[in-house]
Amino acid sequence: MSATALSTGEVVVHKSRPAVGLLLLLLAQAVGISGYLLTHLDVDGHLPGAWPYVLAAWFAVGLATHFVVTRKLPYADPVLLPATFLLVGLGLAMIHRIDLIADPARSDAQTQSLWVVLGIAAAIAVILLVKDYRILRRYPYLLFLAGLVLLLLPLTPLGVELNGSRIWIRVFGYSFQPAEVAKLVLSLAFAGYLAETKDVLAMAGPKVLGFTLPRARDLGPIAVMWVASMLVLIYQKDLGTSMLFFGLFVAMVYLATGRSSWVILGGLLFAAGGWFAYQRFAYVGVRVSSWLDPFSNYDTNYQVIQAQFGFAYGGLLGRGWGLGRPGLTPLAKSDFITAAIGEELGAVGLMAVILVYGIIVARGLRTALSCTEPFGKLLSAGLSLVFALQVFAIIGGVTRLLPLTGLTTPFMSQGGSSMVANWLVMAVMLLVSHEARRPVAVRVDEGDVASLSADATQVIMLRPSQSPRPEPRTASSPALPDDHEPPARALPDPDDAEATAAFTPGDETSTSTATRPITTDPDEPTQLYRFDQEEL
Amino acid sequence: MNALIRRTALVATVLFLALMVNVSVVQLWRQASLSDDNRNRRVLDAEFAQNRGAILAGDIQIATTTPVKDRFQYQRSYPLGSLYATVTGWYAYDFGRSGLESKYSTELAGTASSQTLDRLVDMFTGAAPVGATIQTTINPKLQQVAAQQLGTKKGAVVALDPKTGAILAMVSTPTYDPNTLATHDLTAARAAWTALNADATRPLSDRGTREIYPPGSTFKLVTAAAALENGIAPDTLINTPSQLTLPNSSSVLGNESNCGNTQQTMDRALQLSCNTAFANLGAMLGGDKIRAQAEKFGFNTTPMTDVNAAKSQFPTKIDAAQTMLSAIGQYDVAASPLQMAMIAAAITNDGVLKTPYLVSEVRSADLRVLYRHGPDDKQALSAASAQALQQMMVNVVQKGTGTKAQVSGVVVGGKTGTAQTDPTKNPYAWFVSFARDPDIAIAVFIEDANVDRTDIAGGALAGPIAKALIEASR
Repeated sequence: MSATALSTGEVVVHKSRPAVGLLLLLLAQAVGISGYLLTHLDVDGHLPGAWPYVLAAWFAVGLATHFVVTRKLPYADPVLLPATFLLVGLGLAMIHRIDLIADPARSDAQTQSLWVVLGIAAAIAVILLVKDYRILRRYPYLLFLAGLVLLLLPLTPLGVELNGSRIWIRVFGYSFQPAEVAKLVLSLAFAGYLAETKDVLAMAGPKVLGFTLPRARDLGPIAVMWVASMLVLIYQKDLGTSMLFFGLFVAMVYLATGRSSWVILGGLLFAAGGWFAYQRFAYVGVRVSSWLDPFSNYDTNYQVIQAQFGFAYGGLLGRGWGLGRPGLTPLAKSDFITAAIGEELGAVGLMAVILVYGIIVARGLRTALSCTEPFGKLLSAGLSLVFALQVFAIIGGVTRLLPLTGLTTPFMSQGGSSMVANWLVMAVMLLVSHEARRPVAVRVDEGDVASLSADATQVIMLRPSQSPRPEPRTASSPALPDDHEPPARALPDPDDAEATAAFTPGDETSTSTATRPITTDPDEPTQLYRFDQEEL
Repeated sequence: MNALIRRTALVATVLFLALMVNVSVVQLWRQASLSDDNRNRRVLDAEFAQNRGAILAGDIQIATTTPVKDRFQYQRSYPLGSLYATVTGWYAYDFGRSGLESKYSTELAGTASSQTLDRLVDMFTGAAPVGATIQTTINPKLQQVAAQQLGTKKGAVVALDPKTGAILAMVSTPTYDPNTLATHDLTAARAAWTALNADATRPLSDRGTREIYPPGSTFKLVTAAAALENGIAPDTLINTPSQLTLPNSSSVLGNESNCGNTQQTMDRALQLSCNTAFANLGAMLGGDKIRAQAEKFGFNTTPMTDVNAAKSQFPTKIDAAQTMLSAIGQYDVAASPLQMAMIAAAITNDGVLKTPYLVSEVRSADLRVLYRHGPDDKQALSAASAQALQQMMVNVVQKGTGTKAQVSGVVVGGKTGTAQTDPTKNPYAWFVSFARDPDIAIAVFIEDANVDRTDIAGGALAGPIAKALIEASR
């Protein structure tokens, strides 16, 4: 809806929609809790004694989160939080289901629930502490360095090799995947850096074979990222992580500069590195062969083969909660949780999960579209893309689309660091979406119109009584009458943002916070907008 | 920048589409091969936990499934233990399955394509799927008698209905109790498996259908059939020296019974089981004609039965000496007891060989017939030759080596045989016979007959078993 509106230069006014968000959230939470209840019905034939408490606690956590988010970020995208809770709920239910296989049953789901609560607490802390996400752009170089250190941390003696990949570190007995946090830190760093330097990076360099290459002096960051990615590929032995971060960087440079030469250069560099690793390091060959022909070596590829058996066993509609054999697949709670989903909820359930991830990515990219300043755009797009790449790498690996990687399945797989890190990512996405969707308008009383008209400020009047209001374009955006001439300058098309001289958000974002409109009752249909000159 | 974001969004869309297409590919193209993989424990376990259908002999359940409270939910059991082991085979978690449990596994489990409708109905009614029932042709009384008669002797009995080809009894000893392999106590099952495989008497092997042995003198029936088909009459005189030096060889062939040193009619030579007479008969006919007759009876082809029977063999390229040896069932001739019963059945059925079968009907849980055996036969020899051979076999029992199989009031024909492959081991004893009204064709085989090498001795050992079966089937 807003895509068309934006491209035609019309106003999209996002309403705060706590009721819709709440309904979605309750629905999403019901999916997870149903999984829990159905598992017990299918496995034991009756509900566990504690089920009312589990149910109450689960919805209490959801409602508390919803309350804080709607209070602090009323304009935040109403779909993000329910989608996240859907995945978290499914993940917890599946971990609990796999817990029940062992006799006596394990309690990993309880531990994981604690991590969920911790993750939500961390996200709420971020939402409460960070009044404006734009302060996060302040130290891009420091963040860049921190991100690289995190990324390469498993190569230090702290690192441990698990399942063939060295992407974990162990501190005080706790395992931790630093890449999960690096994902957020590097997205922030890239967004901050690129928001500053995008115009410089976009400058044309030498032309080769019809492609305008970047200038040699601008190649520094991509070289650093390439080296880091190659170190990850070769020494951490993880194609997924390597692809994730290099892909993130290249995609964000492309978004910032609009130059496809960066993408081609990045692709070539990565392909060259990958080919070199394939030639040089035996493990890459093993990974590739277990991807293309896992059945040639049953014991080595036991896990992937078991996951395939699980998918086949689940079929289209799945075995049902508690009725499959997900325990036969090693690491079914963590890396291979989507295999367990595919087995018990079927291809249909797995596709639904993939779609929910797709929805999160789509809403993140949507935030990037409607955001009015480059840092927020880059940050939101970057976080969405890194999320998409991660989901692609891990689910693709589990379903044999790609060579297997050691990445976690966001919000679903067992593991504390991943859960907390992804909740932090979600907090930032909510922060940016709140700012992006917040109407840049102030409500004015009818009586003030005359005096306001005298000002230089443009006033758009919508009087339902005089000119019949046409059908709203969407439920959420009171549209302007079709015959109303949109104020061309007042409402810049973000597509033309770079071209519009009057709209240079990079310069003005620092002041815009001070002139935010005061909207006390966002639910009431706004009839009159005064567009703040400074916003434009 | 928004145009760029949209372009990137397109890339993200492609990634997610690729994931979903791949999930579909797994389901559409790989599911069948993944489910059929014998390393797929999910499918194996699910089948093991199914309410498998019963296997029946007459009205008796020889394999059944009872609900139990463990992870497999249903325990396969064999109420009569080892008596029907050769018929049912075993159904074990770690060691697969054999016999009918293997041959009709999908039907028993309810997963055969012929049961698709039942599965659909079960899915909608919520009923737990039940496998099909397999009705065998085994006559419980004959099976019981055959097992009793063999007792502790190593050997096999196969009895056929010559008019239909139905297998009436199928016993191999020593045998095993399939319950010990089917138990859900997997440790005990493993121990039983190890013990059975380590047992020198090879209790897991099916001597009746899946092993082939030198048929010895019982093969003279095939040579006689070939002779009758080629114009030699029962009263044709055949040179029967007491000793015969094989051509191009120093080996000397003698007779185990008193056949004189001149000539015998073919009829009398069969009664006395004269080796030299049949060796000469073989030389007269030539290897090709004997092989042709043997193949008409089923040699050199795998029997198309629902027991996984072994292929009995008659050598392809043989010289004169080998032909003479083959004509008396030695050299490389080897047959299963099932094959020898088929020969007797074809002879008594006026030359028409009915394909033997073990399963008469497969019924779904709601008694719908999923499969019913259809008749299948071929002419193994002319009716005239068959009738002549019938009389010759009756004479063997009346006044030859097979007198121990006489049953008063019943026409019984037979042929004895002993075969020795290794001088240090006891010979094999055979008795191949038929009875008229009750119609039955029987092959009795004793692997480790602790008797003389004479046919009379073999007949004395195996003949009474046939007699007991004929009496039991009256």
